[in-house]
Amino acid sequence: AATMSQGSGDLLLLLAALLWAPGPSPTLSIHVYTQREVYGTVGSHVTLSCSFWSTEWISDDISITWHFQAEGSRDSTSIFHYAKGQPYIDDVGTFKERMEWVGNPYRKDGSIVIHNLDYTDNGTFTCDVKNPPDIVGKSSQVTLYVFEKVPTRYGVVLGSIIGGALLLVAVVVAIVYILRSCWLRRQATLQRRLSAMEKGKLQRSAKDASKRSRQAPVLYAMLDHSRSTKAASEKKAKGAPGESRKDKK
Amino acid sequence: MLLLLLGIIVLHVTVLVLLFISTIVSQWLVNGEHTADLWQNCTSGTIFHCLTSSTNEWLQSVQAMMILSIIFSVLSLFLFFCQLFTLTKGGRFYVTGIFQILAGLCVMSGAAIFTVRHTDWHQASENTSYGFAYILAWLAFPLALASGIIYVILRKRE
Repeated sequence: AATMSQGSGDLLLLLAALLWAPGPSPTLSIHVYTQREVYGTVGSHVTLSCSFWSTEWISDDISITWHFQAEGSRDSTSIFHYAKGQPYIDDVGTFKERMEWVGNPYRKDGSIVIHNLDYTDNGTFTCDVKNPPDIVGKSSQVTLYVFEKVPTRYGVVLGSIIGGALLLVAVVVAIVYILRSCWLRRQATLQRRLSAMEKGKLQRSAKDASKRSRQAPVLYAMLDHSRSTKAASEKKAKGAPGESRKDKK
Repeated sequence: MLLLLLGIIVLHVTVLVLLFISTIVSQWLVNGEHTADLWQNCTSGTIFHCLTSSTNEWLQSVQAMMILSIIFSVLSLFLFFCQLFTLTKGGRFYVTGIFQILAGLCVMSGAAIFTVRHTDWHQASENTSYGFAYILAWLAFPLALASGIIYVILRKRE
């Protein structure tokens, strides 16, 4: 199953390569992408993601390199190297036992994770990918800022409060509206059933209507709805015209 | 009846104007030539220039509260005119009143947060005093509440 999925993946890559054949720029054939800035808090971990795009097949000779240049320093040190299918992690410098390889070059991913951040990690990280024979291209840089507490970006709190409040109001209004319409519908069906019952009674007692007409107003008062009363009285008028006229007087 | 209607509308518009002024004008805190509001800190004198305020969370929540109160108050005025034409006789302006009361509560919480927390983003000194925009915000609170309650009590005549 694994080989099959690998095969279909290759097919997809081929399709992608065919689609992308003209390429964004003919002079640079390998493109490396990273974020511009990454924020982290002291003691936490941060993922430095790096992806790339190459016109060539991903060869076994692919190499990925991460460089680190500390803030205010001129020197750039190599902290990670991937070559011949094997990752080599810094095991003597500042990132000793703090770095983890999470990428996969066959998925065009060269990301690393740095654990247990410290202020000394402030600086620029450069991701460089070579996919022989595709070696012409720019590397990409990401700047890491380590804070004691990550500052909230302006407008996040403002926006979330306003958005949350408006959403809450909208939800409440919607709930009230739905409840009200449900209640009205129930009321309407009740009304219909009552008036139907009323109608049946009226028809049954239309012949001996003298008692009925006297009892009717009490039932209508129970209904407590002007429109149905009117309708019922109209029906009543149809059923026993003489009596209802008397009733009105 | 018409007079009452006019009075209510005037009260509502007054609340709205107060809310707008207190949200926009840079007079929440006054210290000699320095004035500060929810959005910027300004220095007058020979050169007038402004700097944007800090991104403090509490300041942002004050801003959010003021904007929300304006939104609710405008919505309330809009709903009032809608209800004026659609409401059945004898009905109450519940929806309008609820939104106006919400606006009042929002401006109250905004002003309260500002009162308690303004030292977080603004260094307090001896002669810093509250400006008129701050007072107008507090004034808008009872007025909004009152007009909201009037809406709830009010019945439609014709």
